[in-house]
Amino acid sequence: MTAGDNQYTAGGRLRHLLTTENLSRDTLTHILDTAESFIDFGQREIKKVPLLRGKTVVNLFFEDSTRTRTTFEIAAKRLSADVINLNASRLSTNKGETVLDTVRNLEAMHTDLFVVRDSQSGAAYLISQHVPEHVSIINAGDGRHAHPTQAMLDVFTIRQHRQDFHNLSVAIVGDILHSRVARSQIHALNTMGVPDIRVIAPRTLLPTEVERLGVHPYTDMHAGLEDADVVIMLRLQVERMQGSLIAGEREYFNLYGLTRDKLQRAKPGVLVMHPGPINRGLEIASDVADGDHSVILSQVTNGIAVRMSVMAILMGGRQKPDR
Amino acid sequence: MNGSRPDIEEILNVLETGLQDMLTLDPLLVGIHTGGAWLAEHLHHRVRLKEPTGYLDIGFYRDDFTRIGINPRVKASHLPVDIDERHIVLVDDVLHTGRTTRAAMNVLFDYGRPRSIILVVGIERNGRELPIQPDIVGMHLRLSATQHVKLHGPGELSFTISEKTS
Repeated sequence: MTAGDNQYTAGGRLRHLLTTENLSRDTLTHILDTAESFIDFGQREIKKVPLLRGKTVVNLFFEDSTRTRTTFEIAAKRLSADVINLNASRLSTNKGETVLDTVRNLEAMHTDLFVVRDSQSGAAYLISQHVPEHVSIINAGDGRHAHPTQAMLDVFTIRQHRQDFHNLSVAIVGDILHSRVARSQIHALNTMGVPDIRVIAPRTLLPTEVERLGVHPYTDMHAGLEDADVVIMLRLQVERMQGSLIAGEREYFNLYGLTRDKLQRAKPGVLVMHPGPINRGLEIASDVADGDHSVILSQVTNGIAVRMSVMAILMGGRQKPDR
Repeated sequence: MNGSRPDIEEILNVLETGLQDMLTLDPLLVGIHTGGAWLAEHLHHRVRLKEPTGYLDIGFYRDDFTRIGINPRVKASHLPVDIDERHIVLVDDVLHTGRTTRAAMNVLFDYGRPRSIILVVGIERNGRELPIQPDIVGMHLRLSATQHVKLHGPGELSFTISEKTS
């Protein structure tokens, strides 16, 4: 049993979102289509719908991430849920309480949905195995394993600009080894039928046997960007790196930083993406991050719609226990 | 199916006539997805209005969401203009329980505060579960609980009455 197997109920309804692995194309498309209908909320007087009224969402963050937590919080509030943010690393886990004890306590307060972020791979999956039937879990990033909503908002952003996935070349550049985002993106893009997924990184930042994920590895960025339709830059996670995996920041930028010059290799209408926060001048040049090809800020906006969609789909369609 | 077909031309004629009095108020026509939107579109061709038709999808406002979940075909609502202080003509194909109308009014109020709302329906049938009544009705029908009336479209519209299969 893996995280991918624990996402659906016996009846086939999506109950948890833990990983994009083993997620069906139907589910993925349903999430993206529903997100589409949440996109134009900006024009409304009241930027809320009552779908999750009376539901309690707990953002349980064992690892700090203001940006991700904020978008989940906004998403839940726009669905009219009550939201509680817990930065658990500063709470009871410091007092010796285990993660599961923390969750059981919050459950006793009638939480309906946990959004879980942890530096340990498998945290959301572990919690999903121990919550009662009416509680759902969204993985908001676990260690090196997965960050499914980020991958979905990236796929959503690509879909806004490219209708047909069946002739796309998508290049993911940077620290593939430590990146849960890259892993989730690769699964999602494979599921959507993208035929050419490339990963570009120094050998030290590529997982061994990365080809088994269904990607083409490149260590030369110029070759890897040739005729790409989409370039996804990853954040260089300096804080996760132990030892000297890169020679130096200047050399890294020279070899793997996205510059106008390197971008010339890609297709003329190429999309430049980045999950944020960006390290300007380290993995991406400022003029590219702010340039015409960049859709980085629409990724942020889309992130709210995609997270609303996931929450709405997980929380809907459940017979109340007393009926 | 018992073959009985309410006449769509007659229904549109009745609705068009019923709307004449309020056209001076410069109303905004708003159809409820999908049947109501088709009907609103056809009505829009018959009456002279400044703005295009608005559309409401009530998918996110249904009161049975917890039981049946999100409709996979839910669309974004679209209102062409600000509805504050506007007279709204809310159009639906069939008025049955009144739950759709209730949800549609909630959607409208999340976009602004209309001056007034009137409810226009192609067919009014029995079976109300909420205190909601139409202002302009194309046709009244009395059906048994197992009968179902449905509008087909979007090009050529037609109503059919059938026995519920479940």
